[in-house]
Amino acid sequence: MNNTYIILSIAVIAAVTLTLRALPFLIFRSGNIPNFVTYLGNTLPYAIMGMLVVYCLRGTDFLSTTHGIPEIAAALSVVILHVWKRKTLLSICGGTAVYMVLIQFVF
Amino acid sequence: MMKKVIKRAFLDTLPVMAGYLVLSIGFGVIMQSKGYGILVPLCMSVFIYAGSMQYLAIDLLSGGASLIATALTTIAVNARHLFYGISMVGKYKDTGKEKPYLIFSLTDETYSLVCEGEEKDKKYYFLVSIFNHSYWVIGTFFGALLGTVANFNTNGIDFALTALFITVFVEQWLNSKNHVYAIIGVVSSLICLFVFGKDSFLIPAMILITVALAVYKKVGAKNE
Repeated sequence: MNNTYIILSIAVIAAVTLTLRALPFLIFRSGNIPNFVTYLGNTLPYAIMGMLVVYCLRGTDFLSTTHGIPEIAAALSVVILHVWKRKTLLSICGGTAVYMVLIQFVF
Repeated sequence: MMKKVIKRAFLDTLPVMAGYLVLSIGFGVIMQSKGYGILVPLCMSVFIYAGSMQYLAIDLLSGGASLIATALTTIAVNARHLFYGISMVGKYKDTGKEKPYLIFSLTDETYSLVCEGEEKDKKYYFLVSIFNHSYWVIGTFFGALLGTVANFNTNGIDFALTALFITVFVEQWLNSKNHVYAIIGVVSSLICLFVFGKDSFLIPAMILITVALAVYKKVGAKNE
């Protein structure tokens, strides 16, 4: 195994990832943040959380043997639990338990 | 006061701990099984600290991908982090000497915890960031050390991270009157998922979200 290649590859991934994370902070140094960026800062959290949910569930295959039922059932459990009790840990543990039981024992 | 912040940050990161330990142990196990030992996966978790990218990196390294291909793949997979930066520029403005670390450690999960609600104590931001990072590094270490996962069937436990994002999404929804932003996020992502497929929809989705938000700002401002 070529050590130099491994080290360089890791360095490239780390550098690119850090650049992506740091770029907005470098461009919009404190003091002169454009209006539109402030607007994005206030509204993006709502939009991105929606995007992340879709991103996490992107692999759900409705044509497979499970028809995506474990994912749908577990996601709905999280929503219902959270609207009902509004306890973050309970919603997450409940939904994850539903998912694990469904994929391990039912499907 | 300090104790209270530590407790709150720790409790808030528990769901991330569950998801991160499973994913990072899995990462360590795979790296060990491919013959990379302990040091390589550990370095990756310490210095890269980006879950899905590290899993992809296993294939890139094994397949001998060129450095340019590796860089381009990283941009495609991690471009969403640009968004986290943009929305944290204000909140992280006065975080002083912790700021570089806060920016480095801004993962999906850390972002989902720090972006919520009003501005919090910078100690809180720092603790959440370092707790999450430690779970990731510790899990990687044990995964690579043990090389196999214990008897307990953990299949599906990584749903904890999906559940975390759904929970934050619902919490934000219940806390706000204007649901347009949340709907823009979901609908834009779904459209791009169907058009571009699951492996390449993130960047188009980010562009569509930004455009939709800009359009809504203009239209909304006119109606007010």
